[in-house]
Amino acid sequence: MTEYQPLLQLSGVSKTFADNTVLDALDLTIYDGEFLTLLGPSGCGKTTVLRIIAGFEQEDCGSVMLDQQNLAVLKAELRPVNTVFQSYALFPHMTVYENIAFGLKMHKVAKADIKTRVDEALRMVRLDSFAQRKPHQLSGGQQQRVAIARAVVNRPRLLLLDESLSALDYKLRQEMQIELKRLQRQLNITFVYVTHDQEEALSMSDRIVVLNKGKVQQIGTPREIYENPANLFVARFIGEINQFDGHVVRRIDEQHVEVVAEGADWVVKTDHPFVADDKVHVLLRPEDIRLTKSELVLDSVHVEGHIYECSYKGKTLDSYIRLASGTKVIASEFFDEDDPDFDYRLEQKVALQWTTGWEVVLPYEYAN
Amino acid sequence: MTQTFKFGFIGLVLFYVYSPIFVLMVNSVNGSRYGNKWQGFTFKWYEKLFENDALMQAAWHSLVVGITSATAATVIGTLAAVALQRYRFYGKGAVSSLVFVSMLTPDIVMAIALLILFVTLGIELGYISLLIAHITFCLPFVIISVFSRLKGLDMSVTEAARDLGANEWQVFSKIILPMILPAVASGWLLSFTLSIDDVIVSAFVTGPGYEILPLKVYSMVRVGVSPEVNAISTLLFVGSVVLIVISQLLLRYKRK
Repeated sequence: MTEYQPLLQLSGVSKTFADNTVLDALDLTIYDGEFLTLLGPSGCGKTTVLRIIAGFEQEDCGSVMLDQQNLAVLKAELRPVNTVFQSYALFPHMTVYENIAFGLKMHKVAKADIKTRVDEALRMVRLDSFAQRKPHQLSGGQQQRVAIARAVVNRPRLLLLDESLSALDYKLRQEMQIELKRLQRQLNITFVYVTHDQEEALSMSDRIVVLNKGKVQQIGTPREIYENPANLFVARFIGEINQFDGHVVRRIDEQHVEVVAEGADWVVKTDHPFVADDKVHVLLRPEDIRLTKSELVLDSVHVEGHIYECSYKGKTLDSYIRLASGTKVIASEFFDEDDPDFDYRLEQKVALQWTTGWEVVLPYEYAN
Repeated sequence: MTQTFKFGFIGLVLFYVYSPIFVLMVNSVNGSRYGNKWQGFTFKWYEKLFENDALMQAAWHSLVVGITSATAATVIGTLAAVALQRYRFYGKGAVSSLVFVSMLTPDIVMAIALLILFVTLGIELGYISLLIAHITFCLPFVIISVFSRLKGLDMSVTEAARDLGANEWQVFSKIILPMILPAVASGWLLSFTLSIDDVIVSAFVTGPGYEILPLKVYSMVRVGVSPEVNAISTLLFVGSVVLIVISQLLLRYKRK
């Protein structure tokens, strides 16, 4: 990855709507040229961050700096930032061409340049032949592309996308994800994308900011977020995860501790300085768990349970297991076509195993 | 059976409502001066109408008042509706309810109130007083018509326009106005119709020097219903129907 320069800096930004704190002293640095995703459940404040950057909301306190310039003094129409709205917000009375040309006209770009740039933008989103259509004559995906073209044609420093794909159906959304990444690479514009869809966030972003209740929970690459969640919220929000509560028995070495959970001794890998008697959560992704028919397991660390539900997912077989303590676990395994026995009966006894080091160990959190 | 009954009933209702107007229209082309029996089809009452200078003068006045008051009411009403929709300000709720109240105020109350106002302020009764009065009673209709259109629109387009660099005026002129134009036009036509048809308020606030059509007709009727009155009434009726139909069509016209 190339070295990025900071482009936009939010420091201590707070926003309250009628006693409801939406953003709580938020700090965030956005780097030039990156694809950053703000991810969180609805009401976590992600859209408010976008609206503050765009200038549609005024922060209560804190500062927003773009290239060392304080944005607070700039009205929305003067900021070098453009937005792709969730509802697209295309102008219904204008053609596709006029929609895309609107920003350039407002900035008094010369007529000839407008034509060149709009045509270029149309080609870029592959809508050259639709220039004279009205928005209502286009499909959802096409409208989406017009909205993107209308924003990027102005060559903003920052492109803000507000849940821009959520109105599209599954297949179209997948196509547009790839399209968006392609555009971002091609244009080399910083994208700030807001979504509640973790799959979308993982597949498109350079970095993800996980937000909850107006606070940053974790910032990192998709891989860091998925493999090393900083807390229970992040772990549960991104993908499926199994949670086991236990406590530390002793430290084995620099990187390993022994934990008792689900009535078994587990050796887990962690960088956290846990000491004996610390309560911990051990987290395991469903795809990291391997199931074995119980009678075949002779030694090694494992937990036993009974299968109570199986769900065929096409690529994978998801098994739902109830442990002796009542804890429910999901295991997601790829089919092994060479194994004729790869199938489970309901109520079958199985052993759960995983590779030490694939688990995530977090300090115990009360609020769960 | 039920079908017959349904259409029969609707037919009766329509007959009840429209038969007087039908009689009026028939008499306006009846050769008989008193209209008690049919004496052949004629356009002579319409011809006499157009030769009646006083009547033509009143019609011209009505047209002038109608166009100017409808235009003024439309401009003020449109801006008011946009303000009500777009901005948050103190007492906004009260303002929008007061708009409805003024629409429901009995004409006679408004007429007397306006008359008292003009007399107090020393405004001479004539064109200006008529204009002010007509703008007053047309205004709420424009506001309601434009406001309901605005409410049905996705207002994120105004944010999109600002995002793309449009200032407040450009947002209004290039985005909002084109989108609400059908409702604005409909408001104008409605105002024009209200102004042309008004008798009560106008009777109070106009002076002898400035006669308008409905009042002229009213004074003609005092000396007996003449065939010219039938003719002019027919014209007024047809004109109003046409304008109202156009205004309804405009309101129904969805953004394309």
